[in-house]
Amino acid sequence: MRTGLNRGLAEMLKGGVIMDVVNAEHARIAEEAGAVAVMALERVPADIRKQGGVARMSDPELIIAIKEAVSIPVMAKVRIGHFVEAQILEALRIDFIDESEVLTMADEQFHIDKHRFSIPFVCGARNLGEALRRIGEGAAMVRTKGEAGTGNVVEAVRHMRAIQSEIRRITLAPDEELMTIAKELGAPFPLVQEVKQLGGLPVVNFAAGGLATPADAALMMQLGCDGVFVGSGIFKSADPARRAAAIVQATAHFRDAERLAHISRGLGEAMPGLEISGLAATYAQRGH
Amino acid sequence: MRVGVLALQGAVREHLRAVQRLGHTGIEVRLPHHLHGLDAIILPGGESTAMRRLLDKAELLLPLREFVLRKPTLGTCAGAILLAKRLEPAGEAPVLGVLDVTVQRNAYGSQMDSFTGAGDVAGVSDFPLVFIRAPRFTALGPNVSAVALWQNHIVGVRAGLLWALAFHPELTEDLRLHAMFLR
Repeated sequence: MRTGLNRGLAEMLKGGVIMDVVNAEHARIAEEAGAVAVMALERVPADIRKQGGVARMSDPELIIAIKEAVSIPVMAKVRIGHFVEAQILEALRIDFIDESEVLTMADEQFHIDKHRFSIPFVCGARNLGEALRRIGEGAAMVRTKGEAGTGNVVEAVRHMRAIQSEIRRITLAPDEELMTIAKELGAPFPLVQEVKQLGGLPVVNFAAGGLATPADAALMMQLGCDGVFVGSGIFKSADPARRAAAIVQATAHFRDAERLAHISRGLGEAMPGLEISGLAATYAQRGH
Repeated sequence: MRVGVLALQGAVREHLRAVQRLGHTGIEVRLPHHLHGLDAIILPGGESTAMRRLLDKAELLLPLREFVLRKPTLGTCAGAILLAKRLEPAGEAPVLGVLDVTVQRNAYGSQMDSFTGAGDVAGVSDFPLVFIRAPRFTALGPNVSAVALWQNHIVGVRAGLLWALAFHPELTEDLRLHAMFLR
């Protein structure tokens, strides 16, 4: 099985920033700024939110153009449960698939059986149970769902805090309590045992959904994330190249407040933010 | 010994764990002053383009270059790319440029082409080899010796105190290569 190899690639991305890009030019800007990978998609989440309609896997032509433009790993999104979109991305030989709630769901009941694929998957989670269900299905990496396209980090913080507090509970629980915890979380029992043994998740966990500033990235890192995804936050800001480089720096030096102060200066306008309570659709509710 | 691990990005934790299991002290290196008092350094796997940018912004490039010319240094995967004097595809500038080799980045293709194997490395037999979007060494200078081969490709080299590996010993439970490097 390729579990070790695929989890291993995720380990190599730690401490790094994965950036949403919609064309080859954006991809080159991201690589130049120090991104560890790019996420190829047709519209950033902020535009999906604004324009509405069904959001699907990107045109392979766009993904190929992005793959040819950079040497860093290329990721792309498929709809939850859309295993044929995943088969297509695997055939394109990109590096990672994001089974993502940012796209419209293709299956409201079931996620993709990721064990059937050679290519690694990353999936979103709001809490530990959801993270362990995705790992049980074969995800090689997880991320917070946050609330993509809002420029509002509050949901990513909520999801990371939930995951961490549930991990703490398991780590401290005596063995006889683990089955009941597994039942409560809706998580596979062997993975709950593994969390206790490791004192954490068996795969890398990144922050995603609503990050817009270097301080947001450092916040998520200090909360215990292994790295960050930034979607609309970069290319919806006034000076994408500069902001991208600053977020890369902030993720690497996340505990160094003086450096963060320096990094955060004069970046121009951040993306416009949205209140979660005013949203017509909350993407984080998509999936189980 | 006090062993630094370049901690700007990548598989830092895994190398620190290996160093500590062998009874040494592991130190995260993010800024120039973190190099003071180190006996050796490990440059981990990760993304070399991101590390290049971060080394530059942290003003760590020159101090690190001076350090690796004097002290035992191990580069794994991206770390090996940082050390190389020449990179392929041609035209890409070297990062530290201290090891007289040519390294081809992503020599095998995308993640779908990543693979595992086992082989002899510098006299250590049957060592688990984990190749993830791995590079390989396509040309060695006169003072560089090959220490590991995979299907006739050079995947590990040594030049005095400098070691560079195209694979990831830090992703295995096998500490023999770390032990040899730190001996």
